[in-house]
Amino acid sequence: MRVNVTVNGVAHSVDHVWALESLLDFLRERVGLRGTKNACEQGECGSCSVYVDGVLVCSCLVAAVQVEGRSVVTVEGLDSGDGMHPVQQAFLDAGAVQCGFCTPGMIVAAHCLLDSNPDPDDLTVREELSGNLCRCTGYQKILDAVHLAAERTGAAP
Amino acid sequence: MTVTETPTRITTPSVVDGVGASATRPDGVPKVDGSFIYSSDEYHDGSLWGVTLRSPHPRARVLAIDTSQATGIDGVRCVLTHRDVPGSKTYGMKVYDEPVLAFDEVRYQGEPVAVVAATHPEIARRACELIVVDYEELVPNTDPEMSLTGQVEGLFGGGLARHVRIRHGDVATARALADVVVEGRYEMGTQDPAFLGPESGLAVPLGDGGVELYVSCQNLHLDQQQVADCLGLPLDKVRLVLSGVGGAFGGKEDLNVHIHACLLALRTGRPVRMVYSREESFFGHVHRHPAIADIELGATRDGRLVFTKVRLVLDGGAYTSTSQVVIANGCYFAAGAYDVANVEIDGFATYTNNPPCGAMRGFGAVQSCYAIESAMDRLAGELGLHPLELRMRNAIGEGDVLPTGQPVDGPAPVQEILAYLRDLPLPAGADHEAADMRTRPGGVGNVTRGEGIRRGVGYALGMKAIGFSGGMDDTCTARVTVWIRDGEPVAEVYCAGPELGQGVVTLEAQIARTELGVRTVELRDKDTDIAESGASSASRQSWMTAGAVVGACGLVRDEILARAAAVLGRPAGELTLDGPEIHDPAGHPLVPVAEVLGPESVSHAFTYRHRPTEPVDDERGQGNAHVAFAYAAHRAIVDVDVELGLVKVVEMATAQDVGKAMNPAGVEGQIEGGTVQGLGLAVMEELQITGGRIRNPSFTDYLIPTMLDVPPMPMKIFEFPHPDSPYGLNGVGEPPNLSSTPAILNALRDATGLELPRAPVRPSDLITEPPVEGAGPE
Repeated sequence: MRVNVTVNGVAHSVDHVWALESLLDFLRERVGLRGTKNACEQGECGSCSVYVDGVLVCSCLVAAVQVEGRSVVTVEGLDSGDGMHPVQQAFLDAGAVQCGFCTPGMIVAAHCLLDSNPDPDDLTVREELSGNLCRCTGYQKILDAVHLAAERTGAAP
Repeated sequence: MTVTETPTRITTPSVVDGVGASATRPDGVPKVDGSFIYSSDEYHDGSLWGVTLRSPHPRARVLAIDTSQATGIDGVRCVLTHRDVPGSKTYGMKVYDEPVLAFDEVRYQGEPVAVVAATHPEIARRACELIVVDYEELVPNTDPEMSLTGQVEGLFGGGLARHVRIRHGDVATARALADVVVEGRYEMGTQDPAFLGPESGLAVPLGDGGVELYVSCQNLHLDQQQVADCLGLPLDKVRLVLSGVGGAFGGKEDLNVHIHACLLALRTGRPVRMVYSREESFFGHVHRHPAIADIELGATRDGRLVFTKVRLVLDGGAYTSTSQVVIANGCYFAAGAYDVANVEIDGFATYTNNPPCGAMRGFGAVQSCYAIESAMDRLAGELGLHPLELRMRNAIGEGDVLPTGQPVDGPAPVQEILAYLRDLPLPAGADHEAADMRTRPGGVGNVTRGEGIRRGVGYALGMKAIGFSGGMDDTCTARVTVWIRDGEPVAEVYCAGPELGQGVVTLEAQIARTELGVRTVELRDKDTDIAESGASSASRQSWMTAGAVVGACGLVRDEILARAAAVLGRPAGELTLDGPEIHDPAGHPLVPVAEVLGPESVSHAFTYRHRPTEPVDDERGQGNAHVAFAYAAHRAIVDVDVELGLVKVVEMATAQDVGKAMNPAGVEGQIEGGTVQGLGLAVMEELQITGGRIRNPSFTDYLIPTMLDVPPMPMKIFEFPHPDSPYGLNGVGEPPNLSSTPAILNALRDATGLELPRAPVRPSDLITEPPVEGAGPE
């Protein structure tokens, strides 16, 4: 079937989408945006986190046909065009990236957290990002990165 | 803290982001903006998808395979079985015993039987369902204790892969000297590496009958050899390129999609992509060996160890992988980081029809560290000594002799490491009834008022060899090229040492900046066109790559200075290279490098070797087997809810000697990550295997720590320079994975008073206060 969707501000109209195709596969294979990662395909690891109409979702758990007429934002769409988003820059500067496979999803989730809570405390960050698994870093530097991003965007006191 | 003195060869102390700086990763920007290409992102126009059919049985005879229905489906391009493997039918890191595709028998659940290439992965999966395999099911052998007999029919070696014996001193005589003897049996379940980036790759057939494979792996050259052997191709027809690796931790040392993708690509003449799902990944890589350790410690009343006796059994599952070396490494360090004169160690690696086990971060030493450190706490309890005090009284030091007869050389700052943990203040206890529920064991899911929460403190110390032991000729080659771009020298570093996330690419760039003073460093893709680098394993790659890159930079620098000497008419020995300029001994610029080189480039390769080692002998396990040693220790603080069996790890403090923190942020990240993998093994991570079948092959059922499970991790990084290594660095990646698990177990024992002989602990292990009968509403 056909799916009409806006991805990172660009309208796409894609034919021959399979009924059971996930938004994750749709983004990676049809739209060619492979920044959104496939690590568990059952909503446990958060590597495939994207926004659908401003709501954070695991794209592996959303059928591609469900985004008909909606707006999707992926990690590739966070940068508004003038360099990296502060959350991305903070991950880089804080040393929060090792293998980096969890990073795109983690960044989208952190972006969402800071959007609703510009200055979260440690426990809140841990709770809010507990749906995003990382196997390399032990999370400490990811925590640091979220605080750094909060600080830089001027929310922190 | 000892700080490494700047080596005299560094010509540009003012270099930005050189050695010792927390330089950002060269692959960092693409990793945060989503453009980095992992092996599961590889794409090629017109590529097909490859899918694997795997055995549902842990043990069965393969009587016949009928692929006719599968081949007939629209979109299917080929279906291959063992008959289509043109070269060696088996492969393996140490022994070629694992079939590329099963031909006589399947020996574990999930063993590959056939592969399909199709235009869509779903078509390929449906085709797999139509392959008819006639199995004759056999009773799986799943008990490693049975395998020890070496008489089990149907298993390699009758079930016994290797028996390692280490005899040091005389345990029988030493018994008389022991005032106190403790015994214990400690078991450990099977841990999965659970890297997030699944096994995957892209094989592209070449016009000359060869193939190019873009893949995530830990050793390009060892993989190339196995792939070529199985394809029946000469090495120069099989080119491997390292694609983006989404973590490995040992689980990508063995081949996964490699041969299958190449077979399909060569047969169809089309590029073939393969990507394992998470479920398939649990069957597609090796795990950490489950362990049973029997341990006996004898000590004098004042807490000096007089003997250590260990029997360690590691079940390697169906195929050899690296089991023989994992058991050796487990045995080398089974007596811990202690000076003990009389040691008897017997280690056994077994074959069964359980899932294959092999390398995982720590490589056998995780299991033995857990056992010895558990036993040390029991001994401390018997002696009435503080666990740290017992460890400090027996800590190994420089010049002490290991059970394998090798004197400990290089820094061995175990006392300093333990003293840091001793002197570190304890975190404040929480008033659980008043505190934020999120701080309780079980978090907001905790249904009590916190009245059953008990705090515990535990310590553990670990020691491990760095680099390949036992006489391997271990090399790493790098090529460094310098040329002029826009008037400035640019350096390119080319080395095949795999980047898995640990940051070896960052070090390559840092070293080139430091050695050559250049501002711009470019890193060439890692592939098999250059000589080998060895594996990113055994905590060795930073050391080996650094040795190779420093060597190649030195040759490049010498040539640039020789050319400058010719231009200037002065002896090269008087000149130094400082980035864009050649300097005189007083530091005055003499001539720009751009003028010396003009349009030419200078390029040199260098092959680095660490000092030679030797194998241990079979009878007594004696020999100078090791390159270097590294040490780490942890102090764990836990809260246990003894009514619910839930655990909250409150803090994980750690200290480690790294020789030289080449990239401090990177070192911290390795230590934090290793600590957390150990935490997972202590309290949540276990592959549930029954009758040879994995019952929890998913991230829903195999739990790894989330951010919420992880506590603050205060740490001290010591930098005692290693005398044999480049910059004095030492291996970093594995030591934090050793002592983390037993520190938590010891803290749980401290909190509950229970023996807790098995890791990971389960909630039912921890409940000391069952509900009172008859209690409840009136």
